[in-house]
Order: sequence, then C-alpha cells, then structure tokens
Amino acid sequence: MKLITAIIKPFKLDDVRVALTALGVSGMSVSEIKGFGRQRGHTELYRGAEYTVDFVPKSRLEVAVRAELVEPVIDAIVAAAKTGKVGDGKIFITELERVIRIRTGETDLSAL
Amino acid sequence: MRIDLKRGQRGRSMARALTGSIAAIALALACSIGSVRALADEAPAAAAAESTATAAAATPAAPTEPTVVGFDKINSGDTAWMLTSSALVLMMTIPGLALFYGGMVRKKNVLATLMQSFVITCLVTILWWLVGYSLAFTPGSTPYLGGFGHSLMNGVVYMHDAMKLSVSHLGTTIPETVYAMFQLTFAIITPALICGSFAERMKFSAMLWFMGLWLLLVYCPIAHWVWEPSGWLSVKGVLDFAGGTVVHINAGIAGLAAALMLGKRQGLGKESMAPHNLTLTVIGASLLWVGWFGFNAGSAVAADGRAGMAFAATQIATAAAALAWMFTEWAIKGKPSVLGIASGAVAGLVAITPASGYVGPDAAVIIGLAAGVICYVSSTSVKKAFGYDDSLDAFGVHCIGGIVGALLTGALVSKDISGLDGSVLTQLWGVGSTLIYGFIMSMLILKLVDVVIGLRVTADQEREGLDISQHGESIE
Repeated sequence: MKLITAIIKPFKLDDVRVALTALGVSGMSVSEIKGFGRQRGHTELYRGAEYTVDFVPKSRLEVAVRAELVEPVIDAIVAAAKTGKVGDGKIFITELERVIRIRTGETDLSAL
Repeated sequence: MRIDLKRGQRGRSMARALTGSIAAIALALACSIGSVRALADEAPAAAAAESTATAAAATPAAPTEPTVVGFDKINSGDTAWMLTSSALVLMMTIPGLALFYGGMVRKKNVLATLMQSFVITCLVTILWWLVGYSLAFTPGSTPYLGGFGHSLMNGVVYMHDAMKLSVSHLGTTIPETVYAMFQLTFAIITPALICGSFAERMKFSAMLWFMGLWLLLVYCPIAHWVWEPSGWLSVKGVLDFAGGTVVHINAGIAGLAAALMLGKRQGLGKESMAPHNLTLTVIGASLLWVGWFGFNAGSAVAADGRAGMAFAATQIATAAAALAWMFTEWAIKGKPSVLGIASGAVAGLVAITPASGYVGPDAAVIIGLAAGVICYVSSTSVKKAFGYDDSLDAFGVHCIGGIVGALLTGALVSKDISGLDGSVLTQLWGVGSTLIYGFIMSMLILKLVDVVIGLRVTADQEREGLDISQHGESIE
C-alpha cells in the first residue's frame, strides 16, 4: 500500500479527480495549500507599499492505493495535471504501514 | 492563580468603566449649570432685543442665534432634503467609512476597526446632545467658542399647540432639530476619519478618551470658527462650503499627530500589512461617495440651485480624481489598482468639499485632477520618505486633499455661483490655523491620555490582533 500525495494547480483538480475515478480509485482527500518551488510568486502593491508574495495557491491531493495501482495513478495524475509550464506541481509516494476503517474496524487492503 | 488574575483584570476594567461614567455625569452637571446661568442672562437680553426689534420693525434683521418661529416659516422641500442628507451623511460613517477602513486592515483587526466607527457614532451623538452642538453652532462670548446656553439641546423645541418651533440662524427654513442632527453627522465622521492613521495598534479605552476630548476641544471650536457667523475665521471670510477645513484638514492633521505619537506598527516594512479584503473597501468607498451628496449638496441647507450645483461639482470632481489617481499609478507602477481608484475617488470627494457650493463644473474637474495626483504622491512617496505610519492614509488623503481643496476654492471660487469673494491668502488663514491648533491640541490630548492610561496595546496584544485582545471576538 502506498500513499500518493500530489501537489497540483488548483484548476486541474477536477480533471485529476475524473481521471482517478475512472481508474477505480474510490476515495481521496484534497486540501487548499500555499507553497513554492520553481514557480516564483508575485508582487502586490497597495498605495505604494510593495509586498512579494512567495507562496502560490495549490491543491494537495492525497490518495491511498494498493501497490499495483501506483503506476496507473501516477500516469493519470501526470496526464491530467500537466500544462507544460512551470508550477505544474509534484507527486510524492510514501509507504503506508497500516490502514483502518473507523466504522467497521476493517484493516489494510479491505479498508482502502 | 489564573482565575485570580482574571478577576483582578475584571475589577480593574470595571473601575475604569465606573470612572468613565462618573466623568460623564460630572460633565453633564457642569453643562446644565452653564445652561441655567445662560437662561438667567436671557431675560434682560430678550428685553433689549424687543426694544431694538420695535425700532427696526420695518426690516427685520436676519437672526444671529437660534430663534423660535411659526410653523409657516418652515419649507417642506428644504426640510425633506435635509432629513435625507442627514441620513446620507450618517451612512458615510456607518457602514461606509467602517467598511472602507475595515477592508484595508489585516484579518485580525477587522472587527476592532469597524467598532471604532460604530462606537464613535454613539459617543459623539451623546456628547453633541450634551454640549457639542451648543459649543459649535451657537454664538458665544468670544469668536473662538460657542456658548453653553444650548447644552442638553436646551432651546431646541417643537411646540405642537402653539404651532411654533426653533430654527437655527444657520438654516432658517428647516427645524433646528434637523439642523442639529445634520451637523451631528459631520461631528461623527470627523473623529472617525482619524482612526485610519492609528489603525491596528491603539487601545480601545484610550481611543474613546481621545475621541471624546478631541471632539469637544478641537472639532467644536474649529467648527465654530469657520461656520458660525460670529466665529473669527468666518468673519475673516474663509470659505469652507461643506467642511474641507473643519472636517478633512482637521481630521487629517490629528491623524498625523496620532501616527507620530503611537509610532509604527510592529513589523512594518518586514511583514505583509496587505489589506485583507478590498471588496469591503470598494463597498465602503462607494457608500462614502453616495453619502457625500448629503455632505456637500446638503450643506446648501436647502433644496435649491446651489444644492444642485454642489451635487454636480461633487460628482464631476470625484470622477476626475479617481481617474487621475488610477492613470498616475498605472503610469508609474504599471498597474491600475482597485485600491488606487477607490482612494482617488475619496481624495476627490475630500478636495471638492470646501468648494462644492461655490464653483462650477469646470473648476470641479481641475480640483479633482489636482487632488488625484497630489494625494497619490502624498500617500505613497511622501509617507515612505518621512517614515511615519499613517496606516490607512488619514493624513495623506484627508489633510492633503483638504488643503488642495481649500486653496483651490480661494483661487477658483465663482462670484456668480457663490455671491462671495475668496482669495488664496484668506484660505491660508483657515488652513494654517486649523493645522497649527489641530496639531498642537491633538498632541496634547494624546500625551495626556498616554500618561494616564497609555495609548497603545501591548506588543503581545498587537501581535494577537485587536479583535481578540480588545473585544474578545474574531471573524473566523
């Protein structure tokens, strides 16, 4: 089991959701975040006071999947979220030790 | 331990509230004694007035103080417009100015900023009833301050059975109640404007004391100097149609004093002080603009041609100033900002205020253009160069815009429209005396409040935000 965390452009979120649902992914979590990588922020100007805004709004998507779905999910996210411009985001894959469904107490694969 | 601490704090704040109410009651008593004394003086004065009245029965002179007249002297059109204007000007402060300022502060200080405009509305109303109206708009024994005779709105009457009511000598076709309330709304917005200079760091209790004292010791005298016919600047011929000097220069210079006395906000220049929600600011600026027709066209104190001319001049100058600010910023900084056009509109409204009933539309365009460009420079470069933290530009927009308007009124006044002569030199008297008196008195009041209770919140309270630290609330 792996946890796939993808940082993507907010307006690509819906495309990614559709692509992942088509693969049979049955759940995911999304949060609105701010951050920066190679894409630089912008400057804002209020009555002569200039502020550099480093943190750019992004969406963070988290999906827990069984091992054989990892590659198709990565491919689907890349295909759906790519614009080819700087700031498209990143995907992080981490090992998942255990998963528990709170309602039934099911664990691991049956809880995914 | 913690509970004890809290109880101690509550005890202290209750004691403070108690001192406040005792002071208010003492002030009320002092005023009522003053008014009783004034009543005693009235008897011989009335007799004297009667003898001169019989002598000049053929041509009754215009009244020089509030008088009682029959219902038939009241003009319903004028009264309707002045009731409307009073409500419009109140709307400028709540919610107009409250939103204008509220949108420009950080999220942790929004409620505190809205609260300032709201509580000033309430506080000034009570002080106006108590003694403010009398000090500002009735003749006194000197040309520098009005009398106490109309304290507690003494003499402001409406008698149904006798079919008589009182009128102010400054507006003889409308009830004195309406005139007093119209002027009250000006007395409300002036101190509220100052809040822009010390936003995000002043202690609430200190603000209340400062505003109360400032209204009585600065606003009332200056309103009397300029607007009451026996006031010394009025006698000198200083022109201020709707309050460029009394309201805007006055509030702006007090704002500079407050910004200097309180010092900069923590982290200024290092952390972001960006406005948290400019939508509120644009709504606020728009409400100010609409309300300003009550301010300027209402200052005709009649529903007449002068009100119409003031209305037109106000609209045209505001549009010119908003565009001037926008294009200047666009040319210099590369983008036409929303905050910029809203600020430009307010600058135009400020600058046309003293001129509105005295100039034509072409002069309005000139005043607007000048205000837009000059206030842009004063709120951006000048502030940066001198390093004071006039947080929301109460000085940069209101004082500077007010000065631009006051001086241009002298230069551009139309004899046809105003029936008056003006000169830049005479206007300088108004500008200079307001700047000097306003600055010195504001500094003294601020110093006094600072010594007694302290002006500024603690560093921790400022970091936490005024909403939580002063009011125990937050918007999220």
